[in-house]
Amino acid sequence: MSIQIIHAIYMTSAACFILALKWLSAVPTAKRGVITGIVGMLLAVGGTLLNPELLHKGITSYQWILVAVVVGSAIGVPMALMPMTAVPQRTALSHAFGALAAALVGTAEYYLDNGSVLTVGNLTHFKMTALGLEVLLGFLTFTASLMAFGKLQEILPTRPITYRGQNFVNLTLLAAAVVIAVVLIIDPTKTHLFPVLMVLALVFGVSFIIPIGGADMPTVISLLNSYAGLSAAAMGFVLNNKLLIIAGALDGSSGLILSIIMCKAMNRSFANVLFGAFGQVQVSAAAQEQKTARSATPEDAAALLEDANSVMIVPGYGMAVAQAQHAVHDLFDALTKKGVDVKFAIHPVAGRMPGHMNVLLAEANIPYDKLLELDDANAELPQTDVALVIGANDVTNPAARTNKSSPIYGMPILDVDKARTVMVIKRSLNPGFAGIDNELYYLDKTLMLFGDAKTFTTQLVKQLNESNGGR
Amino acid sequence: MNSELLFSNFYVFLLATFLGLEVIRRVSPLLHTPLMSLTNAISAITVVGSIVIAAEQKTTLSTVLGTVAVTASMINIVGGYMITYRMLRMFKKQERKQP
Repeated sequence: MSIQIIHAIYMTSAACFILALKWLSAVPTAKRGVITGIVGMLLAVGGTLLNPELLHKGITSYQWILVAVVVGSAIGVPMALMPMTAVPQRTALSHAFGALAAALVGTAEYYLDNGSVLTVGNLTHFKMTALGLEVLLGFLTFTASLMAFGKLQEILPTRPITYRGQNFVNLTLLAAAVVIAVVLIIDPTKTHLFPVLMVLALVFGVSFIIPIGGADMPTVISLLNSYAGLSAAAMGFVLNNKLLIIAGALDGSSGLILSIIMCKAMNRSFANVLFGAFGQVQVSAAAQEQKTARSATPEDAAALLEDANSVMIVPGYGMAVAQAQHAVHDLFDALTKKGVDVKFAIHPVAGRMPGHMNVLLAEANIPYDKLLELDDANAELPQTDVALVIGANDVTNPAARTNKSSPIYGMPILDVDKARTVMVIKRSLNPGFAGIDNELYYLDKTLMLFGDAKTFTTQLVKQLNESNGGR
Repeated sequence: MNSELLFSNFYVFLLATFLGLEVIRRVSPLLHTPLMSLTNAISAITVVGSIVIAAEQKTTLSTVLGTVAVTASMINIVGGYMITYRMLRMFKKQERKQP
């Protein structure tokens, strides 16, 4: 097949990827987006396999590819069937695979062009720059993503691990890797330095995630998404392939946007996420004054919910931990049947990755048009009769608006305290993940519903259904 | 590589980045998780480079690295598209038969 036809195939593939992302912007067209993305990928793979140079080598050149395709699919399918609660871990793991592919191809390219005695000095400075970037980003994203996977899967401790001079050590590692890369760019034939670059990148990936806590993983995953894309784009520069550059750039910009959104949702800067070691145990300086919170039984709570015209459910990750999604769906159904207008207020960092909570609720058959974003939810909360908080804590803390000394001051929150009545399902009054006391629990309009999220929600549903039968 | 080619690659990168920023900005926060799994599958375009390395079979090292890279990319292609589609199938609107 001629090279012109392959270019045409690659261009069509690039167009497919752009359309895929465009159509993903809204639910009605999103599935079409995925199909288009698949078509784009099939075109890219097909065009590559039909490359005249490869065809010329005959069928033997495809044997290893066939093996790799079979093995890769055999691992890929189970990874696509994981439960929705495990999607953040899965995503971190797939960033690791993507980055590994880029890094290994870069390594192979380097040794092909430079390692063998016959071709020493085949690399231009520019090609080496792109290759260095590909390998550096690829290997550091590989280990960093594995670390993020470990923290999300809770194989590794989720709290940040810090030591004195940590930022100095990390920056030194990165600087050393960059210096080696620059030396290699100036003289690509210094082959003994290449493994050093690989090792430094791998070690930096690990050490850079160590001080980052579980609560910051949404930002980190997005950032790693961006890096994996950029290493693919760098590969495009090395191979002089514009399809790789376009797809890599799309992925890079997507990860960048998502990490900016996550940072804004937590009112933090990139520097603060990466070097701040947020989520360490904070010893509250304020005296533990005895404040009283009002509590209510499932019967009282069910009666209040039944009498309400509008209910806003505010789910947090605690709901998913308690596996309460399906109980929440039953609650949604029971209330909707009684003519109560039930909606959900979704904070951008409610789950463990961008948009995670929406997927969890969609999985539990809750209609997506009932899921409100932060701004829309805050516009409706002042007219809402009952705000029911399930497993969320910091994203509802009014201290973020009022208390300048609070670590979460300035973070955009859901203004549940503006609803007429607030109900919070929580095991106890203990502070949450970030260790910050929530004054919401001590408001006059707040009723604490003590118990496990799933058990309590199930009890609410039972009460509501019973009162239905009694009528 | 001549500089003409190099610069045309930079132009492509620049335009694709801006296009990406514009397109992604419009994606509803509702779909940010599927977005990430889809871009993950798309960035498995590294399969193109991996296939070339694996098929050329120039040295044992390059063949091994290329084959592992094709495997890693395939995991993301198959897994990424499948899970994105699976997630999107879960997004349903409210049924219209409410009392």
